[in-house]
Formats: sequence, structure tokens, C-alpha cells
Amino acid sequence: MSGDKHSTYTPKTRIARWFDARLPLPRLVHDSFIVYPVPRNLNYAYTFGGILTIMLVSQILTGIVLAMHYAPDTGLAFNSVEEIMRDVNSGWLLRYLHSNGASFFFIAVYIHICRGLYYGSYKAPRELLWVLGCTNLLLMMATAFMGYVLPWGQMSFWGATVITNFFTAVPLIGDWLQQLLLGGFAVDNPTLNRFFALHYLLPFVLAGVVTLHIWALHVVGQNNPTGIEVKSKTDVVDFTPYATVKDAFGILVFLFFFAYFVFYLPNYLGHPDNNTIANPLKTPAHIVPEWYFLPFYAILRAITFNIGPIDSKLGGVLAMFGSIAVLFLVPWLDTSKVRSAVYRPWYRVLFWLFVANALFLGWLGSRPAEGAYVVMSQLATLYYFAFFVIAIPVLGLIEKPRRLPNSITEAVLEKDKASGRGPIAGPEAKH
Amino acid sequence: MADLSETSTAEHTLHVEAPDAIEVDVSSLRPGTSLIVDWHGNPVVVRNRTEQEMKDGQSVSLAELKDPIARNANLPVDAPATDANRTMPGKEAWVVMVQVCTHLGCIPHGQEGDFDGWFCPCHGSQYDTAGRIRKGPAPENMAVPVFQFVSDTKIRIG
Repeated sequence: MSGDKHSTYTPKTRIARWFDARLPLPRLVHDSFIVYPVPRNLNYAYTFGGILTIMLVSQILTGIVLAMHYAPDTGLAFNSVEEIMRDVNSGWLLRYLHSNGASFFFIAVYIHICRGLYYGSYKAPRELLWVLGCTNLLLMMATAFMGYVLPWGQMSFWGATVITNFFTAVPLIGDWLQQLLLGGFAVDNPTLNRFFALHYLLPFVLAGVVTLHIWALHVVGQNNPTGIEVKSKTDVVDFTPYATVKDAFGILVFLFFFAYFVFYLPNYLGHPDNNTIANPLKTPAHIVPEWYFLPFYAILRAITFNIGPIDSKLGGVLAMFGSIAVLFLVPWLDTSKVRSAVYRPWYRVLFWLFVANALFLGWLGSRPAEGAYVVMSQLATLYYFAFFVIAIPVLGLIEKPRRLPNSITEAVLEKDKASGRGPIAGPEAKH
Repeated sequence: MADLSETSTAEHTLHVEAPDAIEVDVSSLRPGTSLIVDWHGNPVVVRNRTEQEMKDGQSVSLAELKDPIARNANLPVDAPATDANRTMPGKEAWVVMVQVCTHLGCIPHGQEGDFDGWFCPCHGSQYDTAGRIRKGPAPENMAVPVFQFVSDTKIRIG
């Protein structure tokens, strides 16, 4: 993927030479995952790309087997899931891996996004890389939402009702759009059928966009904690073994936490109401989405007032979709010449405030929509948007960044010196 | 549950008159009680209101309403949302409406909230005793479907 002109691959056997002349797949793998140069200073925040890839593969594998046992029919769906839990060999494991897998997929993607925001990984020339990543987030959200509907419990049904009703807020074509999504006038069998079909399809679309994302990454190269571009050979190390081993270790630690939830707290992140079969005539007392949607849910509910011609319902829906849409614009909103928050004292403070605010929004999303919670949601929503449309553009113009090192190598050696470590630990000993 | 397959001719209950009608026996409803029937997959509430509920509904001026339109399929589309326009002439005690929140489609709980009307557990919309939206994110009053009293104890919905 890094382009043939840099390729150092030399096929050693006759078969390898035969292949290389016809379909140079081994060359692609060699150039992309073995000798591919990565900055020498990548920290563990950079292992989440690998973790996400593993989670996507895991979700697809468990999902395919679950689909073999699941019945997408309103009369059968709930019981088929119960059968998976009780009668299918290791069905409980597959399902818990899959449902908790969705949660851990989101944990990883949120950390991955925050890492990108912190180190300025979206800035030129990585705008498309970032936009493809945002597209992946949207695909993940659509897939997760439709997957949550499939067990046909109370939360499945009412979550589907509320979310498909978002589309009725669209002027003129809203009702038509909602009926298209539902395949009728209320959430029912046609809805379940199409959600199942799309839930099976979208992960493969996601895999396609992930491929583009990795392709774009390998064209522009990885950013790194200093945000300084790679300038010389001493700034980089080979992907294998350096990044491979670091990624593998990150993945193992992550899977340890994942396994802990799967085996010891499998229902901790779920909602007990979803163990009750869907009832179209009764809404549960408190409906909440899955935890990974809570911040956006809080933003939706924060707009309780009309804004000019936009009524509160459309306003809430616009704010919620806007909170994702604004991510796409970040490369063009940021005016800073310096990428990494390491050298940006004010941005760093506002970034961590943004993270705390997003977690706070998540907590507010789990509270009932009344009294002080509404006001707090409104303030937190305000900061969420202000961070992107005010703080990011303005800070770049007024903030005085700290002195940047001349190169990644210099930054690493300075750090080693400061911590009393000699340069012998550096990977250049190998070259 | 009514079949809502893709080929169904049922119209959206919130907006348009539906072709297939149901008859409901309401002889058991004393003042202060309601019953809920399934109409095209949506719950339709029939409530025989108490004196107090009627008084509460009638004392509200149009200026206080978030949605001043009656949303009553039996009246012109621009009829104002007076308490009388939310009911039938001569049957002012009776409220018949699609008990679906006009915000995002949840089913509000009856006789709850600040106005002792309906309260939606999803996003906190509050309706009064005539099913009109008074507070919260919902934009419209709950819809009154096409209905008529066939006799004193029987209502035809649709």
C-alpha cells in the first residue's frame, strides 16, 4: 500500500516470484506490515487501531454464527435469542462476546478518536484519513443500533420506535422517510426484517471503509505524539517487530478487560428491560439507549425549546446529528499550526475538559429528563459544540505553543536525557 | 395486533383517516376511568373524564397552549385546540385519542404529570386532561382519530 517505488520485497522462492509477477499480495503485506516505517515514539494510545480491527473481525465472526441460529420474525426473534442462550452449544458465549463486543468496540473507537483529537492527527495531510474514520463511526452507530433491535425485547422495540421517529422531524419528506425505514406505520415485522438485513450488510461496508482508512494511513504515514512529520531514517522503526509487538501487547491487555466483562459481568452494560419481550402497547418507565449512545441522547433531549422556525423536536434531532457531523469538519475548523496538544498548553486543558464534558453528558443521558438535569444537559451541550466551533478555531490563532523539537529523534533523546536514560535503549542500535 | 405489513392499506393514524374501523363497547366506563384499544398497532385511549378534568381542560386559554391546533380528524385541519374541539359535541366528557407521544412515538402514562393528563416517560412531555401538549419536547397535541358514538355505549373508531 505504500507504493511500489519504495518496495524492498524480494521474492525468495520460485513460487513467490510466480505470484509476485501476477498478484503481488505478499509484496503488499511485506511493504505494509513488515518493513513499513512507523514513528519510533508511538505510545500505547496508538494501539487502538489494531484493537479496533480485532474487534471488527470478532464481531463479524460471532455475528455470522449467531445469524445461523437467529430468526428475524417478530413471533420468533425473542425466543430464538433465548434458545441461543440455553440450547445452542456455546451460544451464551457467542452472544455475550457479540453484545459486549459492541460495547468494547465503542470503548476502543472513542479512545481512538480522542487520541486523534489530542495529537492533531486530523490535520493536513490526514484530512481524508480522519473523514473516513468519522464515516466508520457513523457506520458503527447504525450497525449497533440495528443490532440492538434484533433480540426484540422492550428496549429493542422502544429504542427502534424513538430513533426511527427522529426522521419524522425532517421537513416535508419526514413521514415518508420514516415509513421507508419501518416498512409500515409502526415498528413491526418488516422493520425487524430490514434491520436484520442491514445489520448483516453494514459490517462488511465498514470493513471496506476501514480498508480505505488504512490505505489512506499508509499513504500519509502515521502521526505521532510530537505531531512532527518524519524527517529522517532515525525517526522511524520497522512495523515488524516494533509496532507488531506493541500492538499485540495492547490487544492482549484490551482483550483481558473484554474477557472479564464477557465472563464475569456479561449483562452489566445491558438493560434488564430487554429481557422482556417487545410490547407495542406499553413503553417501559425509563427508556435509555445503550451506554455508548448516552451522550448523544442527552444532546437530543437538551433542546426543549423552539429556535425560531425550528421546533424543539427538529432542533433536538439536528443537534444530535450535528454532534457527529461537526467531527467531520474538525480538520478545517482547526487553525493551529502545531498538531500535538503536548505543545499546546491551552488546547490541552480544553481537550481534557471536552472529554470530561462528554462523560458528563453520558451520565446525564442516563438520568430522567427533568428539572436540573435538563439545564445541565443544555450547558454541557453548549460546551460540546463550543469546543469545536469556538475553541478549536480561535485557540489556533491566539495560543502561544511551546517550542517544538526539530525532529522526532530529538524529542525522544531529550526525553531520555531528562529521565536519565542513555541512548542505548533506542532502536537505532539495530541499524 | 393489527397486521402492518408493507402492503397494508392502513393509513398513518396520526394524520389521516383510516379505512378499517373498529367498534368499542364503552358501557363499563364510569367517570374517571379509561380503556385502551389497539387500532392499527397503536393504542387508542377512550377516557370518560371526571368533572374536575373537564373543568381543568375548559379553563385553559388558547394562548397558554404550545400547539393551538385541535389535531382532531373529525374537524377542519385549522380548528383551534379548545377543550370542546378535542371532544364531540354533547359528549364533552369523552376523550378519544391516539395515545402516542407526538415527540418520538412513546406511549405516555395516563393521569400523570403536572397537568394530571398524560406524561411521557421517554423525554418528559406533559399533556393536559384534553391530551394537549403543555410542556416538554413534543411539538403537537395527541391526535384525535375519526370516531363517532354509534350509540350511548358504543364508539366506532376509524
